[in-house]
Amino acid sequence: MLAGCAAPLPLRGTGDLGVVIERAIGRLQVVDTSAHATLGTVDGLGDLSHASVVYSRDGRYAYVFGRDGGLTKVDLLERRIDRRTLQAGNSIGGAISQDGRVVAAQNYAPGGVKLFDARTLALLADIPSAVGPDGQRSKVVGLADAPEGRFVASLFDAGEIWLIDARNPRMPRITRFRGIGRQPYDGLVTPDGRYYVAGLFGEDGVALVDLWHPERGATRILDGYGKGEARLPVYKMPHLRGWAIADGYAFLPAVGHHEVLIVDTRTWREVGRVAVAGQPVFVIARPDARQVWVNFALPDNGKVQVIDTETRRVTATLAPGRAVLHLEFTPRGEEVWISVRDDNRVVVYDTATLARVATLAANAPSGIFFTSRATRIGF
Amino acid sequence: MCVRLRIRIAAVALLGTAAVLAPAGAPAQLTGAGVTTAAAGPAPARQRELVALLRQDCGACHGMRLTGGLGPPLTAEALYAKPADSMTETILSGRPGTAMPPWRHFMTESEAAWLVARLRNGTIDAPDSR
Ligand code: HEC
Repeated sequence: MLAGCAAPLPLRGTGDLGVVIERAIGRLQVVDTSAHATLGTVDGLGDLSHASVVYSRDGRYAYVFGRDGGLTKVDLLERRIDRRTLQAGNSIGGAISQDGRVVAAQNYAPGGVKLFDARTLALLADIPSAVGPDGQRSKVVGLADAPEGRFVASLFDAGEIWLIDARNPRMPRITRFRGIGRQPYDGLVTPDGRYYVAGLFGEDGVALVDLWHPERGATRILDGYGKGEARLPVYKMPHLRGWAIADGYAFLPAVGHHEVLIVDTRTWREVGRVAVAGQPVFVIARPDARQVWVNFALPDNGKVQVIDTETRRVTATLAPGRAVLHLEFTPRGEEVWISVRDDNRVVVYDTATLARVATLAANAPSGIFFTSRATRIGF
Repeated sequence: MCVRLRIRIAAVALLGTAAVLAPAGAPAQLTGAGVTTAAAGPAPARQRELVALLRQDCGACHGMRLTGGLGPPLTAEALYAKPADSMTETILSGRPGTAMPPWRHFMTESEAAWLVARLRNGTIDAPDSR
């Protein structure tokens, strides 16, 4: 469409829109979850391996974080790049502040967090991470927004959690939690915004910070959850981000075990485990929390399993295709969209009947991100 | 010629690996795409599979363009000065205590050596790099 002579865009909201990342070609599709359709594509987004997306609070703009350090603000309605900046050499994702004014990027190289004006993408603050055992600035993982204008992140190499008060984003204040455990690989903020949970790769355990009481420090939960069992190789790092909290319980991927751990979020004690088909990568609850869906690392990445949260059993094993990379529920969870990289398609399932209801063509699709993330804490 | 020599050693080692692996079954992703010959590397179809594995699955940690991520860069620049055998060994056995897993069940030793040689001289197909 030529912008100059185009008719004005028809009025519409964005509540049923989202994006699908086509990572190998640096492009994203803008999709309509009501119509099961691709509305258009936006390209020129650089290296989108491991790309992730957060949304402006009006659900119009997607902020896309690329591996090459690119941060791109995409207008879903006009389907064009609004702004783009190369903000680091190697990046892994980001978050948006509670008030929607500040976008934060978490970087591997140079390691740290950068804060940007969400409207203009102007740099507001550059927060270098602490140095890890190899003498390099630590890679930053698990960045999430938290209430009261804060962000939380973990330092993979240095083994720390940082609470970043960004109410004055040009002068962020950092609270460091040290010695939280070896190699935190990802983190999440609970849906109520109260807790930050960081999974550890370097040891069996999970670090927890009560954001109502940061003065109490970080505590350790699930210590030694893999005791007595051989640890299996992990061909892909699990991800904690996703709505893995259901009905007062956290469903967390075990690292190096084919299990999902269930933790009571009132006591933070383990209350059970579910044996699953492989090393879990994403463990995501349907928005109403009745089901938890899980995908897996190689060599089990052709499967998706559904856990019933009441009986805590696997009730279905689906085979959407070769190399399932991500899944995203529609805002109220009646459908789930699943990206199948090696079959170049996105498959949509009805979550009640488990029937396939639509298939969309996509080039090696990876992440799927719907605008409903705009209104969720920790997304 | 030292390249030739290295490949021959790899091929011999492959026999050893196959023997060790035999009871546990063949590597999971060997598709029988062709016999691996020492001189030419894996058969073309298998080469494509290996390059796809490298980009996509190694890429999950090393970046799809191999410029690094949770794992270090695997570009020619980063690897050419490092000993090939130890790189091959890292791929097959992983590095305990780090996030680098062992890939022995997905490729043979000669295939790993072939990947390392291609990585080191930068002749892995460039991705669509727009
Ligand atoms: C789950 C993450 C992960 C995956 C997947 C992964 N690697 Fe690694 N790799 C690492 C990490 C982390 C290191 C650094 C280990 C260390 O600290 O010594 C590494 C190191 C290496 C090295 C040594 C590099 C050097 O400079 O010493 C090579 C070679 C390598 N990986 C190749 C591969 C190949 C080939 C694949 C796919 C078949 C692969 N890796 C998949 C995480 C990964």
